[in-house]
Amino acid sequence: MTLLNQPPVEAALLQIARKKGMDTGRDRLAEMSPQCGFGELGTCCRTCYMGPCRIDPFGDGPKTGICGITPDAMVARNLLRETVGGAASHVGHARHVLLTLRDVLDGKAPYEIKGEAKVLSLAKVFGVPTDGREVKDVCRDLVDIALEDFGRQDELPNNWVSKRAPKGEQEMWANLGLMYSNPHNEIETAMHATSMGNDADPASLMMRVLKMSLIDGWTGLALCVDLQDMLFGVPEVSVTQAAVGVLDEKSVNVAAHGHNPVLSEKILEWAFKLEDEAIAAGADRINVVGVCCTGNELSMRHGVKLAAHNSQSELILMTGAVDAMVVDIQCIWPQLAQVAKCFDTAFITTDPMVRIPDARHMPFEPEHADETAREIVRAAIAAFGARKGKPVDIPQISTSAMAGFSVEAIVGVLAKLNAEDPIKPVIDNVANGNIHGFAGIVGCSSIRFRDGAMTEELVKNLIAQDVLVVTTGCTAHICAQAGLLTPEATERYAGPGLKAVLSVLGRAAGLGGALPPVWHMGACVDNSRIVDLLAAVADRLGVKIGQLPAVGSAPELVQEKAVSIGGSFLALGVSTHIAPAPRILGGPMVTKLLSEDLADVTGAVVHVELEAKRAADWMVEHISQKRAALGLS
Amino acid sequence: MQKAIFTLMERCVACKSCEIACAVAHSQSGILATAQFEKPLPRSRVRITSAGAYSFASRCVHCEDAACIAACPTGAMHREAKTGVVAVDQDRCIGCWMCVVTCPFGAVTADPGTGKALKCDLCAVRTAKGLGPACVDACPTGAMVYATPDELAGMRRSATAMASVGAVEEIEESVALWRNLKGGRAI
Repeated sequence: MTLLNQPPVEAALLQIARKKGMDTGRDRLAEMSPQCGFGELGTCCRTCYMGPCRIDPFGDGPKTGICGITPDAMVARNLLRETVGGAASHVGHARHVLLTLRDVLDGKAPYEIKGEAKVLSLAKVFGVPTDGREVKDVCRDLVDIALEDFGRQDELPNNWVSKRAPKGEQEMWANLGLMYSNPHNEIETAMHATSMGNDADPASLMMRVLKMSLIDGWTGLALCVDLQDMLFGVPEVSVTQAAVGVLDEKSVNVAAHGHNPVLSEKILEWAFKLEDEAIAAGADRINVVGVCCTGNELSMRHGVKLAAHNSQSELILMTGAVDAMVVDIQCIWPQLAQVAKCFDTAFITTDPMVRIPDARHMPFEPEHADETAREIVRAAIAAFGARKGKPVDIPQISTSAMAGFSVEAIVGVLAKLNAEDPIKPVIDNVANGNIHGFAGIVGCSSIRFRDGAMTEELVKNLIAQDVLVVTTGCTAHICAQAGLLTPEATERYAGPGLKAVLSVLGRAAGLGGALPPVWHMGACVDNSRIVDLLAAVADRLGVKIGQLPAVGSAPELVQEKAVSIGGSFLALGVSTHIAPAPRILGGPMVTKLLSEDLADVTGAVVHVELEAKRAADWMVEHISQKRAALGLS
Repeated sequence: MQKAIFTLMERCVACKSCEIACAVAHSQSGILATAQFEKPLPRSRVRITSAGAYSFASRCVHCEDAACIAACPTGAMHREAKTGVVAVDQDRCIGCWMCVVTCPFGAVTADPGTGKALKCDLCAVRTAKGLGPACVDACPTGAMVYATPDELAGMRRSATAMASVGAVEEIEESVALWRNLKGGRAI
C-alpha cells in the first residue's frame, strides 16, 4: 500500500496507524484480495442448501444452478435482496422516528417539536386542516397518516408516496405496477419471492427491485426526513469545520456515529448541560463531533463539526483523543470496539439491533432519553479523566465547510433574488447555460476508492464543467474535507458560468462571497431532499423529473442502502453513475436492462465507471443529451 | 514427463476454492466442516495472488531443475524417485528457509506450526488413487490443469487452432466486462 495518492487526511491518519502498528481496513482489504469473482459477478447463489451454486462464467461448467435457475435470475434475485436490505434500513429508521414522535406527542418522550414550519407545510401536502388548531394536533394527524401505512392490509396506495410524490411520476409507476401499500408487506413479499423456488423471471425480479427502491425513496427517505424535520427542525445554512483536526486534545471529545438523530440530538443537548462536570474533570469543554450520517444530521441542524466519514471511523480512534464514540444504527464497523480497546476510548452501542463484542452497551430508548444521554456523556467525561495528560496524535487538518442546504434553506436564498418565483433564477441560468445541469453525488466512502480520491476528482471535474453538485452522506464528508463546501472552491474550481451564478446567489444571501459549488444537503437519508429539489424545478418547468438535465452518482458504493437509493433515482428517471459495479455482471440480460433497456421503462440508465474523469465526462454528456431534448443548447 | 499443475490465468476468478480444497486435502479429517476446527489448522499450499485485474494461483511447479533442492543444505528438499515430485523430508528440514529464498514462485513457505518448509506435494495420496490434485479438481472454472507440459502445449495449440478458424467463441462478454472494470486499478 502506498500513501502517495491518499487524500491528506487519510495519509496523516494512516501514518499514525502505521506508527502504532495498528491494522486498518486497508490491510484487511489487501489480505482479502483478490476477492471472489463469482461474488463480484453476482453468480453465486446461497439461497438453498442444495447450493451454494456458482455459474462458470467461462461456459465450461454449470450454466444454471442445481434447481435450474439462470444466471440472470440469480443476479436479479441477489440484487433484490440487497435492495431489501437498503429499504428495510431506511424504513426501519423512519419507523423508529415515527414512534418516537408519537411518544413525544403522548408526553412519553422528552423531546420538543421544533419544526413547526415543517408540520404546517406537510399539513398542506396531506390535506390536514390547520386553521385554529394547535401545531401538536396537526402533527398528530400527520403521525396517524404515517402510522396507517404500517398497519394497512387494504392494498390502498401508501400515503407517503401517493400524497407526497409528484403526480406525473406516480402515473408512470402505477402503469408499471410499482405502486405499493404497506412497506412491511412488500419487504416480506420480496424476501418470500427470493427464497428457493419462487420468482425465477429476471424481468419480474428487476421490477421488484424498482418497487423496493421506490419504497426506500418514499416510505424510507422522504418519510424519515419529514418526521425528523418536524421533530428537530428544518436545517438552515451554517458554517462548520470538517476533518480529524476538529478533535481537541484538551476537551472531552464525544464522537456521535451512525444515522439516527433521536440519539445524537440528546447527546448534544446533554453535552451542553454537563459542561461544568467536564470542566471540573479538567477539560476545557465538551466537544461533540460528528461521524458518518448522524454527524451530517448534527452539522445540518446545529453546525456540529464533522470529524470523519465512515471509512475513517476506525482511524480517528487511533488518535487516542476520542473519549467516547457513541453509535446507533448502520455502518458501524465491529472493528471499532477493538480499536477503542487500545485506548481509553469508551465505545458505546445503544441500539438493541447493534450489539458488538467488547463494546459497552447502554440501551437508549426515547422514553428514557435524558437519563441515558446523561450517563453516556458522563462515561465520556470519565474516559477523559483516564486519558488526560497522555499523549494524543491529532493531525492538525481541518477545513471550513458550509452545510444545512435543506430545500427550504435553498428556496430561502433564491427568494432573495425573486421572492415571488424563487425557482426562476435557477431555471433562467440553466436555460442560458450558466448552469449546465445538476449532479447528486451521494453514498459512501470506500477504502477501495479513497486512495485515488475518487469522489473529490469526480466532483472537481463536474463543477469545472458548470455542473452544480449537491451531496449527502459520506460523500458530503469527503467534499467537506476537500474544501469543496466553501466559497473559495467556487473561485478555484467552478467553471465560469457556475461561478457567475454562485457569486450572485452568495451576494443575495448576504454571504459576502460566492455560494459553494457543492451543496451539503444532509445525511444519506436526506437524499429525499435532492428529490424534492428536483421535483420543485421540474414542477416549475412543467416537465417530469426524468427530463431535467440532472444525473446521480454513487462513486464509492459500500452499503446496500446506496443500492436502494440508486434504484429510487432510477425509478424517477434519473440516470446514475456507480462504482464499483453492482453484482450483476454475470447476468447479461440484467446488465443490459440496467445499462440500456431501462431507458425505455423509466427513462434512466446505470453507468459503471471506475475512473473519476471518465465518470464525470459521461455525466456531463448525459446532461447535454437531456438539455438537447429540452431544446437547450 | 511428469504431470504438473498449470494455471490458466485468464480463467481464474479468485474464488479461492483451490486454497480451501488444498487445506482440506491436507487435514486430518479431510472434511471442510471439521478441518476448520483441527489443531494445528491444516494449511493450504496454494495461494491466490492478485495481479491487477487478474489473479494467479501460486504453488510449486515441481521444477525440473529445482533451485530449492540445490539450495537445501541438509538434503531435506529432494525429488521423489518414483513420482518426480519435489518433496520435503520433515525429519531432515532444519527450517533455514534457503528454499523460501530461492524459490522464484514463492511456493515454499514456513509452516509456523512445525517450523519446517511447507509446499505442494502434488497430492500424492489422491493421485495414487487415480484422483487429480485437490486444487485442480476443486477449480470451478478450469483455471488449473493437471497435465504434462506436452499435454498443456497440445491444449494450447488446439485452442489457438480452433480460435484461428473461428470455431471457438471469445471469452464470455460478461467476464470481459468484469475484468475490464477491475482493470481500472491494480489493488
